[in-house]
Amino acid sequence: MAKDLVNTLADLKEQEAIKIVKDRLSAGEDPLKILGDARKGMEIVGKRFASSEYFIPDLVYSGEILKAVTELVKPKLTTTTESKKLGKIVFGTVAGDIHDIGKDIVVFMLDVNGFEVHDLGVDVPVQKFVDKIKETSAPIVGLSGFLTLAFDSMKQTVDAIKAAGLRDKVNVMIGGGQITEEVRKYTGADAYGKDAMAGVTLAKKWIGTD
Amino acid sequence: MEKQWEEMSTDEKQEELFARWMSPKDPQGNDLKFQNPQAEKAYKERITRIKDAIQMKKLPDRVPFFVVPSFFPVYNAGFTPREAMYDYDKCCMAFKKFIMEFAPDAQIGAVAPGPGKVFDILDYKLYSWPGHGVSPEQPFQANEGEYMKADEYDALIDDPSNFFSNTYLPRAFSALEGFKMLPTLTGILEIYGVAFNFIPFGLPPVQATYKALFEAGAEALKWAGAMGAHNMEINAAGFPVLWAGFTKAPFDVIGDTLRGTRGVMLDMYRQPDKLLEALEKLTPIMIKMGVGVAKMNGQPLVFMPLHKGADGFMSDEQFKKFYWPTFRKVMLGLIAEGVVPNPAAEGKWTTRLEVMQDLPKGKTLWMMDQSDMAKAKKTLGKVACMYGNVPSDLLALGTPQQIKDYVKKLIDTCAKGGGYIVSNGAFFDQAKVENVKAMVDFAKEYGVYK
Repeated sequence: MAKDLVNTLADLKEQEAIKIVKDRLSAGEDPLKILGDARKGMEIVGKRFASSEYFIPDLVYSGEILKAVTELVKPKLTTTTESKKLGKIVFGTVAGDIHDIGKDIVVFMLDVNGFEVHDLGVDVPVQKFVDKIKETSAPIVGLSGFLTLAFDSMKQTVDAIKAAGLRDKVNVMIGGGQITEEVRKYTGADAYGKDAMAGVTLAKKWIGTD
Repeated sequence: MEKQWEEMSTDEKQEELFARWMSPKDPQGNDLKFQNPQAEKAYKERITRIKDAIQMKKLPDRVPFFVVPSFFPVYNAGFTPREAMYDYDKCCMAFKKFIMEFAPDAQIGAVAPGPGKVFDILDYKLYSWPGHGVSPEQPFQANEGEYMKADEYDALIDDPSNFFSNTYLPRAFSALEGFKMLPTLTGILEIYGVAFNFIPFGLPPVQATYKALFEAGAEALKWAGAMGAHNMEINAAGFPVLWAGFTKAPFDVIGDTLRGTRGVMLDMYRQPDKLLEALEKLTPIMIKMGVGVAKMNGQPLVFMPLHKGADGFMSDEQFKKFYWPTFRKVMLGLIAEGVVPNPAAEGKWTTRLEVMQDLPKGKTLWMMDQSDMAKAKKTLGKVACMYGNVPSDLLALGTPQQIKDYVKKLIDTCAKGGGYIVSNGAFFDQAKVENVKAMVDFAKEYGVYK
């Protein structure tokens, strides 16, 4: 019986998943189809995370398995077809704050849910957000921060987006360890997400797919 | 005749450490001179209040209150974090102003910012600090990484000290590169083992490392002098220092310090047995570290910052397998020596509370950040005193009235029967002064046990 890559990856069986990919590649299968299955497996991982069946270690591990699968498949790719994305999102940890664990999880979840995420990294200056929004015309901006000092950086970023005349073109979400509705009001963001799935739900709502 | 330490029961050891905390010494080992009799009375009342809250045997006169900041006192005094880390007088001034302003039942000294110059000399990589990786106006922040590689568990397990000196330290501090060449000291056996093993100390990289160590040591000593004088002055004014020192949950030693979050999480899948073995190996080392500082400083409370076991960071099953067992062993090891572990459950730990209540009563003190406090009171709160939960967002952005309402709710929920101390929940940098003031004033007024 043909081993099922979708479920093997979703169940986080690293060695088995890699073996299936190798077998399918040497049988001459279309690498794009293999990548498609891997992507479906990751969607299941995302769903399990959303329903609290999986937690951060499981996400991190699934990301590693996907990386290994992609590395095997890549050399065999002759054409690259970009899968259709739901929408663009500019994301980053705000100026003065270098925390990335929370941000990386949300970016990962947005990615497996089909968004094109432009991750600007950590300690992102206000202007860099503005420039990236202009460059990509992304309708969604995600601001992450862990420190109480991030409250002000978030506010300054939202203000700069406003000053650049982009405020009515984007929806801004914020998130992080100490972020609440109180902070959302202060920063002028449109919404806050209490965890990674809340971020995905917001993005889908804003893009109009939910 | 007084009992020797070894002959004391666990309870007696805890009492002894509380008694020593109650009678602070000056650096010469004499009884500390308080500023005045009122200060001495206040000092003893504060410790008694905290002790009653922790032991849960009798009600304190009122609910104690703490303010446990990160860089808040520095900003509040009009300094930058850079100034506080490089000018020890400014740092002490800031924390002194903070303590006098809010008069908490216990305080954490002025050591939190740490000596920037020491980190400069050593070129510390695990952190960025103001002026070195982050701007002068920002607090220090951690740079996680794989300072221990995935295939180095055996090396850590075989000889943790050697792994730290020869592998971890050269990676975490550029200036300690030379330590890579250090001999294994247990090879110095008999006369023929001596000369060979001393060859590395003649090599230029090793000598350069020692030169950096001497410089860093001299600077650390200068810093310690300033901190010691500050502590004495604050003690003499009637305010006890909360912690003797710190230790960690073994999982966080691997997850924060050695392997990083990503690394330790992959290890949970790829080499769970090695990870579990390493956690066991680190357990007695973490116990010794906590017991050592408590005995040296003659006070019972030892801080334990908790990170990777929070809700969301792993499943309950993973928590029960990887995080809790060795964390609990460390706490029990500390308790056996009279030490009171003070874990800080940063973030939310609501789903862990049922597990965490498996502890002897009146032997631990917990700082709680965002866990559900009603549930905490019914679980962990049955066996342990808790403080915290006043949220950072309210302190930074709310109004004094909101703070009062929140503290009232907390006291109503948690303080019945003792075992609760009013405090902020997370180490904070930014807050409105009037909000911090509202927290302590209201706690003092509303928290009286009738």
